[in-house]
Amino acid sequence: MKLLTLNFLTCAIKSCKTSPASFPLHPRDAELEIVEADVNLAFLQNILPRLMWAELRTIASELGLPTLPEDIPEREALVEGRGEGEGEGEGGEQIPSQTAKDLHRVLLETCIQEGKLVCGNCGHEYAVKEGVANFLLPGHLV
Amino acid sequence: MSRPEDTLPPDLFYNDTESRKYTTSSRIQTIQATMTHRALSLLHLTTPSLILDIGCGSGLSGEILSLPSSSGTPGGPHTWIGLDISSSMLSIALEKDVTGDLFLADAGQGVPFRPGTFDAALSISAIQWLCNAETSEESPEGRLKRFFGGLYASLRRGGRAVCQFYPKNDAQKRMVSAAAVKAGFGAGLLEDDPGTKNAKTYLVLTVGGGELDG
Ligand SMILES: [Zn+2]
Repeated sequence: MKLLTLNFLTCAIKSCKTSPASFPLHPRDAELEIVEADVNLAFLQNILPRLMWAELRTIASELGLPTLPEDIPEREALVEGRGEGEGEGEGGEQIPSQTAKDLHRVLLETCIQEGKLVCGNCGHEYAVKEGVANFLLPGHLV
Repeated sequence: MSRPEDTLPPDLFYNDTESRKYTTSSRIQTIQATMTHRALSLLHLTTPSLILDIGCGSGLSGEILSLPSSSGTPGGPHTWIGLDISSSMLSIALEKDVTGDLFLADAGQGVPFRPGTFDAALSISAIQWLCNAETSEESPEGRLKRFFGGLYASLRRGGRAVCQFYPKNDAQKRMVSAAAVKAGFGAGLLEDDPGTKNAKTYLVLTVGGGELDG
């Protein structure tokens, strides 16, 4: 599971919906894997305003990843500067900056392969196996 | 022909043998691809988006979502998250190394994402399963309510969802679209090849309040 996904995932239990502590879910005993993927600049630009940055920083630190910048990058910072005609690909296509590549690395290439995700409100643990999280709830918790 | 929904719940029906049969049948693959493209055309996506695939199965639709627009996926490549209740289906998706994130989850229990997460959602041949209630504590109405309520909240304002499904009859069609409307969606039913054995029903859902710019 990508850290991007974890930045949107909440506890599935109904009574947790209204509690701020049910987001983000906290990884425990997590095994990480880097799964390389092509940088999709337009996607990063699209998703940027929807990220919960403080929570992403918290998760990164809980996973022992390098500390993320305090502030979320500006949209403009995702695109390589265009001085001297450089940074512009064929047909005037935008080139992802180092900031965009770093963000891509954290959000889309850093994956939780094994472990658990724990709700900060109810303590429910969701198992992650081979990157797949089990969100099936027993009937009484629905 | 008996409908699989009438025989067993999906997690039992799509056991390893059935899952593999479903995924390797080239006829089913072709139909699934056609319906995915049809759903995509109804979603009007113009930029790489975050998409929820409800009942993603072995990732047949997801593989199309991951393609660039030059390969016929409007606005692609998209990033997708798939939910499915069948672990056998998900195992096949894992073997195929699909790029979307997979969840073992029952959409009838809700959609566990924060408000405004997704640009769009699609579902191919899955939501008729929500009309099955397997236990005495569950009703189809309750499952549809949790699903559409969760889906509505998880889509961004101006977002869209397209659910192709196989309604058992007109009453079920009405029950499903009424549940979507009750959750807040603007809903329309679209039928391709109506009255034939190839009839396909698409529930097209819109979330008001944003710009429909994709
Ligand atoms: Zn919880």
